[in-house]
Amino acid sequence: MAAESPTTPAVRLRVPEPLPQAFKLMGYQLREYLRSRRFIALIAIIATIGALITAVVAYYHDSVALHSLLTDNQAFYGSFWAGGAGVVIVLAAVFFGGDAIAGEFQNKTGYFLMGLPLRRASVYIGKFLAAFVASVAMLLLYLAIILGNGVYYLGTNALPWELGASLVLAIVYLSAVLGATFLFSSLFKTSAYGFVLTAILFLFGFTILQELIEGLVRIQPWMVISYASSAVGGVFGTGVNWGLNGTSAGGIFWTAGIAEAVLIMLGYLVVTAAVGLWRFEHEEFT
Amino acid sequence: MAPVVEMRGLTKQFGRFTALDNLNLRLDGGKCVGFLGPNGAGKTTTLKLLTDMIFPTAGECFINGISVQDRRREALSDAGVLIESPEIYPSLTPNEALGMVADLRGVAPADRAGRIRTVLAEVKMTEWADQKVGRFSKGMKQRINIASALVHDPEVVILDEPSTGLDPRGMAEVRSIVRDLKKSRRLIFMSSHILSEVVDVCDEVALVNKGKLLFYDTLENVTTRFAADGHASVDVSLARPVDLGPVSQKVAGLSGVRSCTPLDAKRLRVQFDGGAENQERLLEALVGLRIGVIGMTESESALEEVYLSQVSRGD
Repeated sequence: MAAESPTTPAVRLRVPEPLPQAFKLMGYQLREYLRSRRFIALIAIIATIGALITAVVAYYHDSVALHSLLTDNQAFYGSFWAGGAGVVIVLAAVFFGGDAIAGEFQNKTGYFLMGLPLRRASVYIGKFLAAFVASVAMLLLYLAIILGNGVYYLGTNALPWELGASLVLAIVYLSAVLGATFLFSSLFKTSAYGFVLTAILFLFGFTILQELIEGLVRIQPWMVISYASSAVGGVFGTGVNWGLNGTSAGGIFWTAGIAEAVLIMLGYLVVTAAVGLWRFEHEEFT
Repeated sequence: MAPVVEMRGLTKQFGRFTALDNLNLRLDGGKCVGFLGPNGAGKTTTLKLLTDMIFPTAGECFINGISVQDRRREALSDAGVLIESPEIYPSLTPNEALGMVADLRGVAPADRAGRIRTVLAEVKMTEWADQKVGRFSKGMKQRINIASALVHDPEVVILDEPSTGLDPRGMAEVRSIVRDLKKSRRLIFMSSHILSEVVDVCDEVALVNKGKLLFYDTLENVTTRFAADGHASVDVSLARPVDLGPVSQKVAGLSGVRSCTPLDAKRLRVQFDGGAENQERLLEALVGLRIGVIGMTESESALEEVYLSQVSRGD
């Protein structure tokens, strides 16, 4: 050993504060993601979705059906960007967050971390940030594909500022979905449950729930995140409601105000992150 | 200040099952303490409580006087921990995995690269330093785990069956690492199933069974105090092969010797009236016989006898 003397430590130590530890952990976790097969797989899936959109638009660009989309930048981005972003967000959350916490138990990597002078919150936050950064990268990849098509058909002058607002809303939605995914992942010690629960709920579970609440209970479905996530596409077009109150068509189908949607999504993030973190803090590595 | 590990009234229940029952144990000073017990005795539970991986039903653990349950960051800052053969993120290389540990532990940048090199050399993994851990065998991963417990040169080292998954050479290397750690006056608390390993490297032993501490004492005291009739056993190594029949008879005739059994052509096992003074007299007498005595070690079987008798008493 490198000990200089029996009483003098050979290595100078200063344990970082919890937040810097979370950022350091994020860096290594991100490195793990970037080298993983799932990262390559997700890039392949998004590239395939983008290639299909590109091919379909190229093939049918003269058709009547696509004509309105290819001459109206709001309609183009509202349709192709907003329509696909939700799927990309859920896929990214499942791929990067589905086993983020459960995997620490199932794969026994948690035993490597838990012997270190770390707060569990640092682990949770570090892994969340890594999943968030990796997911945002995927979202930007999808945006790049859509932008490529948009610039090709509509030109650079036809970039609507609403696309930037929609990207911000998509990132807020992503953080909410990741918050829920981490919560599911912290509830179980088996990764598969987190994957399945996130995919089912966010791909169609919440949408069905929203429709049931709107159609049967006939109340504003502010508690369902799919109601809020529609704001990602809702910023395009005219007459956008930027306010804190939703509007309804005939008292049945509700559209969230943009500010209201942001609040709902941030509410999901805060609540799911708090419960997930509490759960992880109290989970034992038996 | 000497390193200290302390457990006060430590109790852990899983539902109705009591895995650990009011464990009180204080270890201090530079030495290696072996933590023994059959499967399910509460060894790993104790070490997990000591590192805040699980939470006590009652009681508290302290490392260097700091409560692990209240201030885990501070308590674990000067402890190296290896529990349950953990997995390392498979895409990382040993250099990166140890770099992560060093960064999270706050090893000074000036010491970081040197320490990683040192511990990788200690566990004989230097040539694999830049290969992905996911491709490693269980034994190779365990070497990296051991290295990660040592990368910050801790005063307290907590090892849960560190030889798990290692081949005989790897096990010997672990023993060598632990012996080296002892030279630096560290406190090593090590659970093990391998009694020969405990006899080889530990100064003291604690035996736990069914969640209760049966004893904690020096290895020598344990083997004499708890032996069925106060006897002790030593293994005597000879310089050259001898005719063991007559030699055994000669040794058996020495004062205080109860029996002498040849182990092989160059080794004898001698049972005698226990105690340090008797052991000293026995060594003098053996040397006096001019049979080529070159070594005398505490017999592994002595600890085994104690272990089995104490454990079966509780069954």
